[in-house]
Amino acid sequence: MPVFWIFVIVLALTGAGFVMGRARALSSVDGDRRRLHSLPSYAGALVAMSAFLPALALFVLMLALNATGMILTGATLLATLIGIALSLRLISPEFRARNAVETGVRGLLIAAASVAILTTIGIVLSLVFNTVEFFNLYPIKAFFLGLNWTPSFGGGSELGILPLLWGTLYISFIALLVAVPIGLYAAVYLSEYASHPVRSAIKPLLEILAGIPTIVYGLFALLTVGPFLMSIFGPNGPTAAIAENGWMHAGTAVMTAGLVMGIMLIPFVSSLSDDIINAVPQSLRDGSYGLGATKSETIKQVILPAALPGIVGAILLAASRAIGETMIVVLGAGAAARLSLNPFDAMTTVTAKIVSQLTGDADFASPEALVAFSLAMTLFVITLGLNIFALWIVRKYREQYE
Amino acid sequence: MSDATHSAPHKPTSRSLHAVDARTKRRNASESRFKAMGIGAIGIGLAFLVLLLSTIVVNGSSAFQQTFIDVPVYLDPAKIDKKGNRDLADLKKATTFTYAPLIQNGLLDVVQKAGLETDLSKAKELKNLISASAAAQVRDRVLADPSLIGQTIDFKILASSRVDGYLKGRVKRADIAQDKNISVAQLDLTDALRKAGVIHKGFNTAFIFGADASDSRAEQAGIGVSMLGSFYMMLVVLVLALPIGVAASIYLEEFAAKNRFTDLIEVNISNLAAVPSIVFGILGLSVFIQFAHLPQSAPLVGGLVLTLMTLPTIIISTRAALKAVPPSIRDAALGVGASKMQSVFHHVLPLAMPGILTGTIIGLAQALGETAPLLLIGMVGYVATNTPDGFIDGFVSPNSAMPAQIYEWAKRADPAFYERAWGGIIILLVFLLSMNIIAIILRRKFERRW
Repeated sequence: MPVFWIFVIVLALTGAGFVMGRARALSSVDGDRRRLHSLPSYAGALVAMSAFLPALALFVLMLALNATGMILTGATLLATLIGIALSLRLISPEFRARNAVETGVRGLLIAAASVAILTTIGIVLSLVFNTVEFFNLYPIKAFFLGLNWTPSFGGGSELGILPLLWGTLYISFIALLVAVPIGLYAAVYLSEYASHPVRSAIKPLLEILAGIPTIVYGLFALLTVGPFLMSIFGPNGPTAAIAENGWMHAGTAVMTAGLVMGIMLIPFVSSLSDDIINAVPQSLRDGSYGLGATKSETIKQVILPAALPGIVGAILLAASRAIGETMIVVLGAGAAARLSLNPFDAMTTVTAKIVSQLTGDADFASPEALVAFSLAMTLFVITLGLNIFALWIVRKYREQYE
Repeated sequence: MSDATHSAPHKPTSRSLHAVDARTKRRNASESRFKAMGIGAIGIGLAFLVLLLSTIVVNGSSAFQQTFIDVPVYLDPAKIDKKGNRDLADLKKATTFTYAPLIQNGLLDVVQKAGLETDLSKAKELKNLISASAAAQVRDRVLADPSLIGQTIDFKILASSRVDGYLKGRVKRADIAQDKNISVAQLDLTDALRKAGVIHKGFNTAFIFGADASDSRAEQAGIGVSMLGSFYMMLVVLVLALPIGVAASIYLEEFAAKNRFTDLIEVNISNLAAVPSIVFGILGLSVFIQFAHLPQSAPLVGGLVLTLMTLPTIIISTRAALKAVPPSIRDAALGVGASKMQSVFHHVLPLAMPGILTGTIIGLAQALGETAPLLLIGMVGYVATNTPDGFIDGFVSPNSAMPAQIYEWAKRADPAFYERAWGGIIILLVFLLSMNIIAIILRRKFERRW
């Protein structure tokens, strides 16, 4: 593993550079450290930084250019040594080593903060390039307006996004139908009625639901909720008499995934709305109580209207979560793309298809694989839009009371 | 001048403070209804939690038990070592197909010696009781110590997944009519062997430490290798996300001027926190694998993707921790002559450390449970078949991760794998739980209120 050894050697040289820099600073003033501008360890740190950082940058650059073997090793080690030599020459009693080190550290801090920007750029570029490539192979109109999703790796597949979007929105809608009333009532109770000990006991318990990995919910949907719904709405269930053969034909369905996703979103809705309800000024409550309103009247007629924009924001954030959720729908919603109104039909979503198109055996340059990037692009744009809109609403609402 | 004095005189009503009138009753009823709805909502939420956890425990705990068979196997030299020279190269030529009949013969001997009544008189008919992995187990033992050849050695081998499922109640007699892998006579024999103590259940260490097995050998599948994959990923996340996240937060909280660049970073961080995880998988696939040519299915790449995903979480909590350190600390440091950088690194950062660590652990727990992006970079379950050799290899050799392994098992056709999936979830949740408990303890113990 030469890369590993290069790394070890560079680190060792860096350590040696620190010791040398410190020693040189001390010897430049014959051990009388009071005559130095900076503490001697700053001189050491400067040498260490100039040994390590340029070498690291060069190393990454050369890896990106596919350099290997001796050239890579030699160049990296040379950069390290040059860095040590040049910085050692700088050291003198008057040299402002601390300022130099602090400028360097500041640069590192800025670089770390820029990782967020780089990540976004990386996401956008990887989505855009591959999406453009996909639209070179497949007509853009057929993708956005097509009503059929029938990928076949032999070619001649129809890749219309509409059935996937429909499945995504339908499942998210059912999830919100479960999560919003439960989450909202729970938030109202916790923030307005519950005593302090009850609140501090229940809130973390509900938030456990948010901490459980989505794969667990997926398995729960596939193996517990699906069969349970089948036993009621399936061909052998009590409802079979109403609809011929029952409404449900397989355990995986919109309802299965939606219900489970709803459970997952309960704490999300409740803790966001809890924050928002708590931000409503106490004076509004007091005013309402003073007029003789009961607690529930105050909540329904004063607090909730006042908190409404924030709550709408919270619901939109929850919706964006639901739309981007993957594992629950991969396991719980089924694989067939379908435009249907029956919530007990199996449908599929944008995220589930991203997984299936990219984990299959498809050739990476085929439209069947590349379509995943356009799906992801659509998903990214939708969730980003929802988020920006929701955050804007929440912020606007907060400013109202500040 | 108020209107009240001019309004028509009130008609005296027969209201009393002691008897509640209809309107008040209605309002009070609506009040208690509303309150009951709130309690009901919380009750439903908690009921879901209990249901979820109890489902996991009920379905998953059986994965920690496994059925074993004690079989004395006669290691027949005529079959294993046809040349009779005990040469390792020649011994390796004997495949598991050579060993399987030996085990079946051994089991038949046990049955006949114990005088158990059964219609199965041929060794071959016992095949379905024995795991397909048993032959490999015996062969490995022989290759490790060729001097055993010619002796009768006691082996503790795995029972097949049908036998295991029968003893656990998963496989029922009523359902096996179509099943090629087990028959009623074989189940009868299983019961008899169970009574004789030959077949017994034991703790399933192989599940916790073992590797994934192929579709036909559910009884052998373990989560150990993918656990290692998760471990290496978490190392990468810790080593990268903690320093980068802390550095970014320090810059934003302590140094950044209020300008457009800072705003851009802030907007990016809050948006990244809300990007669906699968999109990070796309990023990993095209940037790290297609563009940078890093190895596919490697925990290193998984760790990089999860690092980018966890960064917003860590940054948000680190900033909160930095904000909680009162300005007086910074002022005092600056007042005695420290530079801005020194005041932050010598005073503010150590005081914020408990909060930062708590946030980091929670971010790690989030990353540990993440599945979707890993599937896109090839860390799918069935990859986890070999324990990596050595520390470095652990980062680059193909592996899976715990949640991806669970997903893989959930997808397989044989219900025997479902039990493993639930069991895997128990292990995953134990990890998450302990991480969260550590975070809570850290917070309780070190958090300072200013």
